Amino acid sequence: MIKTESRMDFTRASAGPKPDTVYLFGTCLIDLLYPQAGVSAVHLFEREGVNVIFPQTQTCCGQPAWNSGYRDEALAVARAQLKLFPRPIPIIVPSASCAGMIKVHYPALFKDEPDEASVFDVVNRVYELTEFLTDILKVNLTDLGEPTTVAVHSSCTARREMNVADRIDSLLDQLQNVTRIEPDNAEECCGFGGTFAIKQPEISTAMVLEKAKAIENTGAQQLIGQDCGCLMNIGGALKKQDSQISHVHIAEFLWDRTHKAKP
Amino acid sequence: MTTKYRKQFSNALAQHEVRNNTENVINKLRKHRLAAFPDQAEWVNLRRHSTAIRVNAISKLPQLLEQLEINLQRNGIQVHWADTTEQANQTVLNIMRFHDARFVIKGKSMVSEEMGLNDFLNTHGIECLESDLGELIIQLAAEKPSHMIVPALHKNRKQIARLFHRQFPSIPYTEDISALAQAARRFLRHHFATAPVGLTGVNFMIAETGTLCLVENEGNGRMCSTAPPVHIAVSGIEKVVECLDDVPPLLGILTRSATGQPITTYVNMISSPRKPNEKDGPTAVHLILLDNGRSRIYSDPELRDTLNCIRCGACMNHCPIYKHIGGHAYQTVIPGPIGTILEPQKNGLDSYGELTQASTLCGACQEVCPVSIPIPKIINRLRWEHIRKNSYSTSGAGSGRRKTEAIIWKIWVWNCIHPGAYNRITSVATSMRRLTDRILAKISPWTTARAVPRLPDTTLHERLKALEIDNE
Amino acid sequence: MNDTRNTILNRLKAASSDQTMPSARDISNSVNWSSNYTVQLFRTQLQSAHAEIYDATDHSWLMTLQHICRVKHLKNVLLSPATPWGKAIIENSANLPSLKYYDNPVENWKQSLFDGIEAAFTSTYGGIANTGTLILWPDSQEPRLMSLVPPVHIAVIEKTKIYNSFAEAIKAQHWSETELPANMLLISGPSKSADIEQTLTYGVHGPKELVVIMV
Ligand code: SF4
Repeated sequence: MIKTESRMDFTRASAGPKPDTVYLFGTCLIDLLYPQAGVSAVHLFEREGVNVIFPQTQTCCGQPAWNSGYRDEALAVARAQLKLFPRPIPIIVPSASCAGMIKVHYPALFKDEPDEASVFDVVNRVYELTEFLTDILKVNLTDLGEPTTVAVHSSCTARREMNVADRIDSLLDQLQNVTRIEPDNAEECCGFGGTFAIKQPEISTAMVLEKAKAIENTGAQQLIGQDCGCLMNIGGALKKQDSQISHVHIAEFLWDRTHKAKP
Repeated sequence: MTTKYRKQFSNALAQHEVRNNTENVINKLRKHRLAAFPDQAEWVNLRRHSTAIRVNAISKLPQLLEQLEINLQRNGIQVHWADTTEQANQTVLNIMRFHDARFVIKGKSMVSEEMGLNDFLNTHGIECLESDLGELIIQLAAEKPSHMIVPALHKNRKQIARLFHRQFPSIPYTEDISALAQAARRFLRHHFATAPVGLTGVNFMIAETGTLCLVENEGNGRMCSTAPPVHIAVSGIEKVVECLDDVPPLLGILTRSATGQPITTYVNMISSPRKPNEKDGPTAVHLILLDNGRSRIYSDPELRDTLNCIRCGACMNHCPIYKHIGGHAYQTVIPGPIGTILEPQKNGLDSYGELTQASTLCGACQEVCPVSIPIPKIINRLRWEHIRKNSYSTSGAGSGRRKTEAIIWKIWVWNCIHPGAYNRITSVATSMRRLTDRILAKISPWTTARAVPRLPDTTLHERLKALEIDNE
Repeated sequence: MNDTRNTILNRLKAASSDQTMPSARDISNSVNWSSNYTVQLFRTQLQSAHAEIYDATDHSWLMTLQHICRVKHLKNVLLSPATPWGKAIIENSANLPSLKYYDNPVENWKQSLFDGIEAAFTSTYGGIANTGTLILWPDSQEPRLMSLVPPVHIAVIEKTKIYNSFAEAIKAQHWSETELPANMLLISGPSKSADIEQTLTYGVHGPKELVVIMV
């Protein structure tokens, strides 16, 4: 049964009080490949006076298995994460696709399972990083960096599953010296798709080459995104072509430009 | 592993002309659709309304089909049921034989494609002629449609000009689109006037009134359903709607989603054969209702949403995969996202299951679908069916399960539910990154187009531990 | 055949659930446009679909028809001698091309209909403004092929019968309670196709020109 726009109806009291402590769910990709994005997220929160808890026993949200049809396997991994966030405080995920996995897909994954009820407690506390920074922390950023231009790639999950794609733009627009350039066909998928890139590498390649070209055409200095999967994909293609455009996660970019380097 | 579909997709990606043609048309269709829904709130409302109409109709499908049948028969339209495409083909053949007809002129119909009707009739000595311009091009080229709405979208005007010149040597070579269309008009006009039988598809069947709605721009659907003495309509059983009032919203969202038009040139609502004293129209009208796996799809409450589709084509127009590989690469009657969920369910996951891998789950299809079909959700579900151990009602379930893959996932699970092991492994991977980089460089599908991701020296777990971030 | 029918229906019934369904008709889309606006919208929509529009009055429409026939160099026009419009035309046929009547079943003259008739004149059952659409209700007087086969279709429409939307027309004209014709038609322009490169071209199988006289 279709619930109309069920994937899109995410209204939440955004004016909730500012929490003093949050959980960080770092995601496996950031853990292994982009740890500085996670570290930067912690710095950003702490600067706003928010204490961070990072359960060291966290691993992966289970998305790769879920998207591949391995539901039992996804369930086992998801269940292990579920227990790590007992306190009634927000859970921040610096990736829209992992946040979407928990928020949108956990309820389906745990359907008719004995722990189904506890899922909703977690689901309701999950925020994507840029969503949390804008809607809850309402951060005010002061740009300390040199003038630069950036191209943004918002992930498909940020756009169409979490509906938070505009948050990254509004954060970047707070930075005085940053000019944001919209690439052509910005809403089109970069071709990562998790295991898709491995299972259908030829199509994935065609897609990422087109995306990389659109980014290259912006002439921006950096590519910014809220999802490391897309960044690794597009950034990898840019690098392979010896492009001058480097890629960086929004958390790392924001922190780098807004904090005073330690003397 | 290079599978049948991967080879097929690679071949498709190498067809640069087809890719260019496809992309050109698709970009136009996207632009037209966007312009047709300038008001977001109106789109949301209309979509909600249209979704409700389809969900409502499908929820009452058996009752509405019975009501439809009674009303059609009362109006004088003969109703035939076909469980399989073979039965549907045979029914067409029987009608043709009854009327002693050896030629049928066809309007655009995806269901007749699904039936493989032309080939079937040809083997029984009956000639079929497609009259939709796009379908005619496809027939002349001896190909299959690559799109539901624009069947020949993979061909550009030059290719069509050459094709017409080969097929109609008397017509001077021209690349002028309107001259090409006029050539088709002249060629087909005589056949409309003389064909003993016309065959068309159906867009909506109205249960309340016993009416068949046909939506088109060229007039060939009207020709096929009006000029010959016999009209045969073929439809999937899911095309029924409850009442007349359901038609305006669905019609409006269909044409706007498909091509951005507020309405098609012709909306043809057929409720009976020629009435006494009338001077034209077929004296016999037949409707063939085809199941072909639809009732099996119907039996699952989640998969059932597949049947809400009104065949607007918007999902394929907005699909990045379709854009790159084109419609033929799917090797199905219906390509694109809707084909990705429909065809494996109809024809079995054993032969079509890999199609469900042809998606990044980006959600562009669902976003534009006028009846809100959750295509990514159904793809996900079918991926599960494809590899799950205990068999299920979808035919071919479990056929995609591979031992090695299953073992890899088992190891992954073990790793992810044993944080100690996970942390040790990720830590070793990063600390020995020179070695791991070299291993990663060997994953060739990734590295043909992308640089190897460089591992950092430590993981996030390690860095946050070093920063003494609270653990719980 | 009956077995097949019952097999299919039984399978569907076995799967039918008793979930309550959202009402499909809980959204009303009625608008409140002035009649001027409605007529204006009808005109612009039809024009953008490549139809020619002529404004006329109860008195002037015959002259408009003559004018149309003259500028298009029509040699003949097919019409119904039984409608009030047709009768009026017949009475004033002096400046018109040769008039043809669809007074025979099509089987008796199909080839000449397809090859010899240059234009047809029909009445309309109403119009739809937001899509720029003519409603035709073909019957024994004005058969279905009149608006399809001749290369030029001239239709007359009364402005008072133009409704805001398709849904409104259905309601106002009580379609649901009426016996529908064999072939109810909505026509929104001349025949067209975009099957080659999504480029529009007109006059593919149906009329190449649609001319609408508004009275
Ligand atoms: S699935 Fe939706 S978008 Fe795709 S053809 Fe069907 S109705 Fe149109």
